Amino acid sequence: MLGPYEYVVWLLCTVLESAVVVCAYKKDALRRYILLNVYMAASVVFSIARYNILSHYGFTSKEYLYFYYYSDSLLTIVLYFALMSLYSHIFSDLKAERYIRIGTLILFSGTALFSYAVVQQSSSKLVTHFVVELSQNLYFVGLVLTYILWAAVMKMRETRTRLIQLVLSMGVYFSLFAANFALQNLYQSRGNFFEFLTPLFGCFLPLSWAYTFWHLPEDARIVPSRLAVVPR
Amino acid sequence: MMAGVIFVFSAAALLQFFISYCRSLIAASSKQVLSAEVKDVTGIQRIASGDDFKRVMQLLQLCPERREDRNSVQAIGAYFSLLNFVRSTVARLVPSMRAWTESERGQCAYFAAVALERRISFSRDMLAQQMDA
Repeated sequence: MLGPYEYVVWLLCTVLESAVVVCAYKKDALRRYILLNVYMAASVVFSIARYNILSHYGFTSKEYLYFYYYSDSLLTIVLYFALMSLYSHIFSDLKAERYIRIGTLILFSGTALFSYAVVQQSSSKLVTHFVVELSQNLYFVGLVLTYILWAAVMKMRETRTRLIQLVLSMGVYFSLFAANFALQNLYQSRGNFFEFLTPLFGCFLPLSWAYTFWHLPEDARIVPSRLAVVPR
Repeated sequence: MMAGVIFVFSAAALLQFFISYCRSLIAASSKQVLSAEVKDVTGIQRIASGDDFKRVMQLLQLCPERREDRNSVQAIGAYFSLLNFVRSTVARLVPSMRAWTESERGQCAYFAAVALERRISFSRDMLAQQMDA
């Protein structure tokens, strides 16, 4: 059952997700970062739909459970494509959009096949298990890809502050979730504590993106070597 | 075993992304020149020292809060605590780390001074609006 804390964080997260789209629209960044905004808009729509299903059928109902996992999987797929759109921005000077698109699809298919291979032994509810597995695996692929993207940003001396902050926020978001997931598995007896943190971490990405769109103009520039953890 | 490996990798990635994210916030403010009165109040002339941070944060808390910079000030506060931890542990053994943490702590103090400048001008604007009304 959801308590007041879960409802407040849920509402906060939905408001922040709407704020991202509004900030991007106000600052003329809606079309430039279209997939990022599609992800945030889809999150808001699914959030409202989830609330409707929850209030109609209840938290423990099959309807809510199925809708939650299927919508989560769809959102993860959109987030994966949003991340790949950041690759397109970073590599736009190299005219590599086509290769990035092909690479995105190959990697996505590979992750889907791997997820299928993991769940194929379970005879019942194959599709549901596949959806959950795919969502989890895409999160880890996302973390690795963000790390590679960050290395590319540093290597190519990318200077666009807004783009850099979008990439870094994604890195913090993915690593927060991965660390939380690993800790949940390591300390299963304290699962409640980590479950308490999960929705809070979900607020980080919309919060940082809204900040980035609102505060940083598209032409803001930064010296990338200043951001390296190891001084250059 | 697998969960442990994932944790080590994700914690290392988180640390790196968090540091870089905080530095990107700081870098945006480092170009801004402080006004003479903020320099007087904070005692920061050109280069800030890490020891100024606490004092500047206290001054910052005296000013009415701006919703826009609340999260970034909190993030830099967390980054400063992380730097203090590194300074009192790893940096004792590695001298180059000590110089790096000192420079970063100074940057944090400068960021706080820039936030203070913004809050002062925000308070002035509010006061002017009230006077007009």
